[in-house]
Amino acid sequence: MFFVGKFAYSKITDIIRPKNLSGKKGKFVRHNEYFSVPPIPLHPVTIQNIIFLLVVLAGFGLFAWQVRKIRANISHGRDRDMSGDVGERLKKTLLVAFGQQKMFKRITPALLHLVVYVGFIVINIEVIEILIDGLFGTHRVLGFAGGFYSALTATNEVLGALVIVAVAAFWWRRNRAEPVRRFRGTEMRAWPKLDANIILYVEVVLMVALFVMNAADLKLHQVEGATLPGAFPIGSWLAGFLPDNATTLHVLERVGWWAHIVGILLFLNYLPSSKHFHIIMAFPNVYFSRLMPQGQFSNVDSITHEVKAMMDPTYQVPTPPASEGAEAAPTTFGAKDVNDLAWTNLLNAYSCTECGRCTSVCPANLTGKLLSPRKIIMDTRDRMEEKYNSPLIFDPALYGPAAKHEPQEQLDKENHTLLRGYVTPEELWACTTCNACVEACPVNINPLESIIEMRRFLVLEESAAPNSLNVMFSNIENNGAPWAFSPSDRFNWADELYVAEKA
Amino acid sequence: MAEQTAKRQIAVPLMSDFAARGEEPEVLFWVGCAGAFDDRYKRVTRAFVRILEHVGVKYAVLGMEETCTGDPAKRAGNEFLFQMQAMQNITTFEGYNVKKIVTACPHCFNTIKNEYPALGGNYEVIHHSTFLQQLIDGGRVKLEGGEAYKGRRITFHDSCYLGRANNIYEAPRAVLEALDADLVEMKRSKANGLCCGAGGAQMWKEPEPGKKDVNVERTEEALATLDGNAEALAHIQGKESGNEGATPAPKQNNQGSIIAVGCPFCMTMMADGVKNKERENNVQVFDLAELVASAEGLNA
Ligand code: HEM
Ligand code: SF4
Ligand code: SF4
Repeated sequence: MFFVGKFAYSKITDIIRPKNLSGKKGKFVRHNEYFSVPPIPLHPVTIQNIIFLLVVLAGFGLFAWQVRKIRANISHGRDRDMSGDVGERLKKTLLVAFGQQKMFKRITPALLHLVVYVGFIVINIEVIEILIDGLFGTHRVLGFAGGFYSALTATNEVLGALVIVAVAAFWWRRNRAEPVRRFRGTEMRAWPKLDANIILYVEVVLMVALFVMNAADLKLHQVEGATLPGAFPIGSWLAGFLPDNATTLHVLERVGWWAHIVGILLFLNYLPSSKHFHIIMAFPNVYFSRLMPQGQFSNVDSITHEVKAMMDPTYQVPTPPASEGAEAAPTTFGAKDVNDLAWTNLLNAYSCTECGRCTSVCPANLTGKLLSPRKIIMDTRDRMEEKYNSPLIFDPALYGPAAKHEPQEQLDKENHTLLRGYVTPEELWACTTCNACVEACPVNINPLESIIEMRRFLVLEESAAPNSLNVMFSNIENNGAPWAFSPSDRFNWADELYVAEKA
Repeated sequence: MAEQTAKRQIAVPLMSDFAARGEEPEVLFWVGCAGAFDDRYKRVTRAFVRILEHVGVKYAVLGMEETCTGDPAKRAGNEFLFQMQAMQNITTFEGYNVKKIVTACPHCFNTIKNEYPALGGNYEVIHHSTFLQQLIDGGRVKLEGGEAYKGRRITFHDSCYLGRANNIYEAPRAVLEALDADLVEMKRSKANGLCCGAGGAQMWKEPEPGKKDVNVERTEEALATLDGNAEALAHIQGKESGNEGATPAPKQNNQGSIIAVGCPFCMTMMADGVKNKERENNVQVFDLAELVASAEGLNA
């Protein structure tokens, strides 16, 4: 980058200048009366640029700090080797996360979400521009792209408007007198409900800021008799409602601009406290989700060694290379607390959108049992934050314990672990292991794994299975069948068996 | 059924018989505990053996050498007991050099197929729905000469351990389609199928307190589908859209409708549900193997 008098010229300017001279003169500049040839006007570094730089650094820095804490939380989980199968995992990530595949089992929310999702991605291209403009004092730096830039800004405006419509629909689905059933339930307490609404309000604020910025900028250019690169189908309509005063317009444009970028940075730092964290975590979570058949439950390798040693006294316990889904040398069997779960189960908890699709198809929940797979996942996240210091600047616990948990008189406060402190055995025993929740989850969360790990703890560490199950266990041990039948009757079914012989 | 058919007694071959002759069967039929002990499911086991005999597959069973796969123990969290059972069965399989296993129980199927490999047992395992589909596709079973199912209304209840657990949705449907019946789908079917309520060791315990039993919920859906009861179907919860069943308009169905299953526990749960709803007089629950055996006229 180099300076000529008041203006800086970048390499990019040199590259585009010849093009500009060939007939498109003036199209790319804001104050074309100052120039004979149109460079990108770079203002010398102002206090605004410095403030902007500090704000951006603070925003990303704080976010990085929060992410580090969450990483630490997740790494308290047990090891599980999920490396390898890169191609298959990438394909799944493309389909399920990028392609929103499982969302489309429910068409209305899928389409609404698609709008917000595509809107987010496309509008963020403009955020790149805002960052460059803010740092280097340029204005609409991508404007050199001509027709492409017009397409971008126009698309952004249309998407922005659609996002507002979609968000309004989302709000209606949650807040009307009879909300969509899956947005209710015991685990949807004060904080999760508020969180869901905050997300929607912020989305609207960000979109409004975008429109204010565009409309004021456009009008300012009109008043000054200049051309603004880009096309603004909605901004130009809104500009009609704005005053003609250049100073006011300039302030409005700056307010919209700053509100958009500061809003995004604030929102970014809100994510780790929110279910909205899914916009990032959905991707790694899908990538690291299981590839094996849903019916296959993890093998506990440490038990395998014990069993093999029992059957063959010469058996040597190998140093285990843990396979996918295999538990590496646990200290306890099963899970009593979050650190007994695999790290992927903890990653699940940070990816949950609290959409309730899992709970809405759970046979136990549908028939009025306490079990709700969404609650298991949300409890896991709450417990991680309780146990390992909330990684959040904005601590949801500020809303009081009742906002996060039910009053828990009946629970064992001493052993305030995930099991019993949050999840009761009654919930766990109601699970039919049907995998409906796993199948339904749009971000490939697996509540069933966590349920089974806690069942393992109850049975293997506490012998706390319901009595009838203990009876079943001893039947298997003694009779080789879950019922109390004599093994010698096992072949009786074949007695007096005839088949019709066809001629 | 044709009158001239003779009946023949079956001496079900054991793996030990084959071993004694120094031979090996093509396939081991894994009967499972329910198939061996549950009075209702014994009839399914017998139906499946009739089919095996009829098509002349070289099969054998383990008889008294069979023992629980350990599935209920594993789902209930008793990994230790599961692995003890699994190791015992794997030792038996290895002793007979077993390579291919067919079973009518989705739980045994899932466990042997997916969970035994981690313990050193690798076999080709197929569920009887796939096996029956292969027999039909290969023309070895023609579904002629027995009971006619043409036009009878049948709905298939997907078992979790066949469907979501192992992605087998089409084989049972292909078998039913071959019966030329009036096949109707429940709203919650295939990947969105609702559990019968027995999985995860629920079969052996009382349900937790709630509004309803899962099997009643599922049976109500099956009955409403078979009856074409639009009002009842409108209130079905927990379905995902894009999977609307091909539920036809109500029509008189005086032959009696059928809930088809492919799992011993689903059988128990759905049959109990039908009883609970006092519909045994016009709705029956049958396993795929029973339907095939009777359509082929193999019962004697
Ligand atoms: C990367 C950009 C994304 C953005 C901006 C975004 C935005 C949003 C917003 C605003 C909501 C709230 C809707 C409501 O109130 O119900 C939401 C919910 C949700 N999102 Fe995303 N999302 C993104 C990525 C994803 C991905 C990759 C997935 C997974 C496929 C996903 C799945 C969901 C689900 C399941 C909900 C719950 C709402 C419902 O069930 O209807 N999102 N998202
Ligand atoms: S696997 Fe368990 S928690 Fe998940 S839907 Fe089935 S019963 Fe509910
Ligand atoms: S676990 Fe999955 S399906 Fe359940 S609420 Fe969370 S994101 Fe939704």
